[in-house]
Amino acid sequence: MIPGVTIEEKTDPLQGQILEVSMGPHHPSTHGVFRMDVKLDGERIVSLKPVFGYLHRNHEKIAEDVSYLGSIPYTDRLDYLCSLTNNWAYCLAVEKLTGFEVPERAEYIRVIVGELTRLVNHTCLMGFFVQDLGAMGTPLMYAFREREKILDLFEGLTGARMMCNYMRFGGVRCDLPSGWIDEVKKVVAAYPRFLDEFESLLTQNEILIARSQGVGVLSKELAINAGITGPCLRACGVGHDLRKVDAYSIYSRFDFRVPIGAHGDCYDRFMIRLLEMRESLKILDQAIAALPAGPIMDPKAKSRGVRPKAGEAYGRIEAPKGELGFYLISEGGPSPYRYRVRPPSLINLTVLEDMCLGGTVADAIAILGSIDIVLGEVDR
Amino acid sequence: MLGTGILKGLKETARNVIGSFRDKERLPTVMYPEEKVKTKENFRTFPFLVFDGNDAMLGLRCVSCRICEKECPPQCIFIIQERDENNKAVKHPRVFDIDFSVCMQCGICAEVCPFDAIKMDNIYELAGDDRFTGLLVDKHRLAKSNHYYHQIKPTEADEVDSRLAEDRRKAEEAAKAKAAAAAAKAAPPSSTAT
Repeated sequence: MIPGVTIEEKTDPLQGQILEVSMGPHHPSTHGVFRMDVKLDGERIVSLKPVFGYLHRNHEKIAEDVSYLGSIPYTDRLDYLCSLTNNWAYCLAVEKLTGFEVPERAEYIRVIVGELTRLVNHTCLMGFFVQDLGAMGTPLMYAFREREKILDLFEGLTGARMMCNYMRFGGVRCDLPSGWIDEVKKVVAAYPRFLDEFESLLTQNEILIARSQGVGVLSKELAINAGITGPCLRACGVGHDLRKVDAYSIYSRFDFRVPIGAHGDCYDRFMIRLLEMRESLKILDQAIAALPAGPIMDPKAKSRGVRPKAGEAYGRIEAPKGELGFYLISEGGPSPYRYRVRPPSLINLTVLEDMCLGGTVADAIAILGSIDIVLGEVDR
Repeated sequence: MLGTGILKGLKETARNVIGSFRDKERLPTVMYPEEKVKTKENFRTFPFLVFDGNDAMLGLRCVSCRICEKECPPQCIFIIQERDENNKAVKHPRVFDIDFSVCMQCGICAEVCPFDAIKMDNIYELAGDDRFTGLLVDKHRLAKSNHYYHQIKPTEADEVDSRLAEDRRKAEEAAKAKAAAAAAKAAPPSSTAT
């Protein structure tokens, strides 16, 4: 017998047996160390219990010990594919506490790097998703090839490809190096071609359609009740995007649309990301054209020794995976009294069982892939 | 018709395969380690200590103020201040260790240092066979010359140098003004003397 597999007797022996399988934690398509305790009736899933915490790093408690500045590099490691948006959400929360004002140029830089991060995340996700469906290698490598170009941009600007540690309270750490914006222009101009290519590579592919259409349908009501955010929510047909709802930073100045799905299945979730990237490119074009000169830090802001007044703040942004929020309580000390992350991956994962019930094991892999989780953020 | 989508996709794959023979864009693989991608100027890995002049230990800019030790998020810096024969603190580190196995290359030490003494290096091939002491780097291995800093990060190093020169000039001026004021006080003006 395979280890980790138990067989449960049904009351009527003629009906067969329920098989309990432990999928993971080291399963190639679980995007990290994540386990699903699945009960199978034949090939159908009758119960699914997600088990996580293998990657727990005590992020929130550590943040209550180190200074406000010292938490920024740790936020990079939450959702390690999009470190810049993590920085952004955290800085937004601290800025609400301290009242620092972000200068115009820094806001534009934040939007540019934030949207580039969204491109990185969605490109990766599309590659991983089709990899989960069995398209081994090729689409993922095409996606990684394009992602690499954006990572090069991050390296030129922030010094690191993934752990950027770039944003600061009241601005950004350093100004754009000379020639950087031209490189961004080049990448942004070349990106639609890649998206076209990727679209014709996959979106009409019969195998992809058969494996993802009608699979893992999430109803609008359940999505809203469970607090699902991001592309998973919009794929169900709810037009909720914090860039429009909150219009944080300077998003109200840009002309872009929020793509909405109709069925809430895996295919919609996949397509939403493709369309969102096109909207991101639109925002990037506008932001690059309007990038003003000026300071990049609030003159009264400081990064070291920040001691906000006692109070609490919740800063949230539309991270590529959904609503990423940081809740901070300050008691006036050098580190927050309470620090809480609202990770989109974790909350989007809560409906996994509802989406998987009745599906096959292969569907569960596809559904997990389409939710877009990063275990660094789920476990923290 | 069933299969057209797959054929359409295969056309894309074929275009990429053929394109990889003549288009560099489609074949970005670099044959590491024979061939290496040039790192960007901002690229950072581990911190190092900058020294001026020829003697690495005498020229260290570090005054062991221990700000970096306090701010380092994973607490991987360890400093003991030097003391002279009268047990008086000297502005120099006796011990300055960084545990590279703990360091997460965030660059906060370099950012908070008010003396531009600690900067981020761009070396990345540090694999070794010594698990414990090999990655615990002391000040002798950390110290690198200002010349080296100029080589790896010319723009940033130039900025730092001009800022330091400006600070020195201001300090000298202030000292001169102070000396002049002191001299003026000591020697009373000639008009009142007569």
